[in-house]
Amino acid sequence: MTTLHFTNARLIDPEQGTDTVGELWVSEGRICAPGTADKQIDCRGKCLAPGIVDIGVKVCEPGDRHKESYASAGRAAAAGGVTTMVTRPDTNPPIDTPETLEFVTRRAQADSVVHVLPMAALTKGRAGTEMTEIGFLMDAGAVAFTDCDHVVTDTKVLSRALTYAKSCGALVIGHIQEPGLSKGACASSGKFASLRGLPAVSPMAERMGLDRDIALLEMTGARYHVDQITTARALPALERAKGNGIDITAGTSIHHLTLNAFDVADYRTFFKLKPPLRDEDDRLAVVEAVASGLIDVISSMHTPQDEESKRLPFEEAAAGAVALETLLPAAMRLVHGGYMDLPTLWRALSVNPARRLGLDTGRLTEGAPADLVLFDPDAPFQLNRFNLQSKSKNTPFDDARMQGKVLGTWVSGARVFGDT
Amino acid sequence: MSFRHRHLLGIEPLAPTDISAILDRAETYVDLSRSDSKHSDLLAGMTQINMFFENSTRTQASFELAGKRLGADVMNMAMQASSIKKGETLIDTALTLNAMQPDLLVVRHPNSGAVDLLAQKVHCAVLNAGDGRHEHPTQALLDALTIRRAKGRLHRLSIAICGDIAHSRVARSNILALTKMENRVRLIGPPTLLPAGIGEFGVEVFHDMHEGLEDVDVVMMLRLQRERMDGGFIPSEREYYHRYGLDADKLSRAKSDAIVMHPGPMNRGVEIDGTLADDINRSVIQDQVEMGVAVRMAAMDLLAHNLRERRAA
Repeated sequence: MTTLHFTNARLIDPEQGTDTVGELWVSEGRICAPGTADKQIDCRGKCLAPGIVDIGVKVCEPGDRHKESYASAGRAAAAGGVTTMVTRPDTNPPIDTPETLEFVTRRAQADSVVHVLPMAALTKGRAGTEMTEIGFLMDAGAVAFTDCDHVVTDTKVLSRALTYAKSCGALVIGHIQEPGLSKGACASSGKFASLRGLPAVSPMAERMGLDRDIALLEMTGARYHVDQITTARALPALERAKGNGIDITAGTSIHHLTLNAFDVADYRTFFKLKPPLRDEDDRLAVVEAVASGLIDVISSMHTPQDEESKRLPFEEAAAGAVALETLLPAAMRLVHGGYMDLPTLWRALSVNPARRLGLDTGRLTEGAPADLVLFDPDAPFQLNRFNLQSKSKNTPFDDARMQGKVLGTWVSGARVFGDT
Repeated sequence: MSFRHRHLLGIEPLAPTDISAILDRAETYVDLSRSDSKHSDLLAGMTQINMFFENSTRTQASFELAGKRLGADVMNMAMQASSIKKGETLIDTALTLNAMQPDLLVVRHPNSGAVDLLAQKVHCAVLNAGDGRHEHPTQALLDALTIRRAKGRLHRLSIAICGDIAHSRVARSNILALTKMENRVRLIGPPTLLPAGIGEFGVEVFHDMHEGLEDVDVVMMLRLQRERMDGGFIPSEREYYHRYGLDADKLSRAKSDAIVMHPGPMNRGVEIDGTLADDINRSVIQDQVEMGVAVRMAAMDLLAHNLRERRAA
């Protein structure tokens, strides 16, 4: 394997919290000490950062390969600077047995150019009644357990699953939107939903779900990560739980950091997400929580949907948006808007998610895997959704003016995107 | 001619001058409809299709009559019984109908925003006859015309809208229309039937009928839409009638010449006292029905005019 020498790079090191001009050497797929190299890469002063570790990517195998395959998702990830996709089990059928997990792992290894780490369902069929074979699934490579947007409503079932997961050392990822209050809703309650006549849910549903899960964590001591916190009201509860020593971390989605409920405008279904987009006050509070480190992780929550499932009245349309390729330029809005610096942003994009999953990637330190992204943080462009690598083109950023272009992506020292 | 719109999808995009233009034109059609010869050839040769994805008797009849009085060829399609049952999507249905070259499409649909979606896919003029909980613009316009004729003006009036605001497209369109025309709008209903964020619409909100009706010029009752309720918005019909049903006692708080309106169909004894609804000195409910035909004729007249201009250009 060749050794690489990146010169004239603006190194974004989220672990050290630094943004400095320097050099980086790579050998045997890992970042190494300065030495000789077969190949020099002049970064021309652009940013070199750890590759993004994206928790919660939906790849639609098995079941809906026409929406997204491991090959297309891998290409999209590489183009977006995502070097590790942590994939969701909400496929059809769901990934709830070691056998389906092995199928997914095999498909991913064969087709994806970036690392794929699969998650498995917490309960069989994501039905919320019986826990899955958490031990076997971990042996087969599951890095976390989640029923995705299905909330385990039976607290007895969830408390047992958390207790068992704790004994295996498994990480459980929860969706905290209280399902009773959320039933039938496709928007956040407030002026916009009332004006458009859309059935809506109070943002309080999120805090209620979080409060319940925190109580169960106090009881069981399990390792827990919240998939998406999207409202101001949930933040104090999260802060208290962290202060009380509960093993909890939290993520949010790039869309909730960069868009608000009014962006739905005339019933644009590409903006229909789950949970729904929130008010501007909530968005700003969540951005602030990422900047302060209260929210640990930013995810794309990449959710491919075909045109047919979006060309429907808003209430009937499918929720979710593709985001592997737009994650980085959308996140640059937080930097250009002055909300946070690049190392702080990258803490939420690479090192924090990696640490939470027990991975040694996401860093620029010697010995870490050479999963890297080279990008120009300022390069402007206008997005055309039909140029995306994803099979599905359902992005809310179609035609949007964005800044931040990926110039190259390396996975274990091998270039998977950009000109050599 | 100030009315420049291609479709009538809601009150929201209309300017006050647009609203006045429609109402002024409608006045002429009130006269026409009261004459012996109710026929005009304005829309002769044009095709109007009424697509109702949701049950309707009065609105559909009103649109049909309006089209026929203007000389259009009118076709009614009951969409529940049709291709929607075979799994065809709304957009495919729209494209199919579009290929039949209609000039005016009148659409009612149970989902908010569905008529907007459909309007993007067709070449003709689209009239929203009610979409989900979103808008019902011709109802608001006919209400506005009724008020203007009864009160002699459509500004600086105090108007109470009472009942199930949350599930009502009639309420939304009326709030928009009446506030655009610079009236004071009060909403009265139990908090479970008021949508969130309603305070930001430039209205006053009351939970008590006696308080809310104090000195109003117009009392607009809404139908309690039981068919839309998941259950549990109100304890019972009789408690609702006791607290929010309009009767002579509650109405006595309003101005002595206040008028009573209802979009129909009425639930007598649930949201309105039967005797009151029939009181010709107070109730303008029958006038509303009459104005409905005139307003729909006016809207189709203006849209057809714009359609012809666009085609000629």
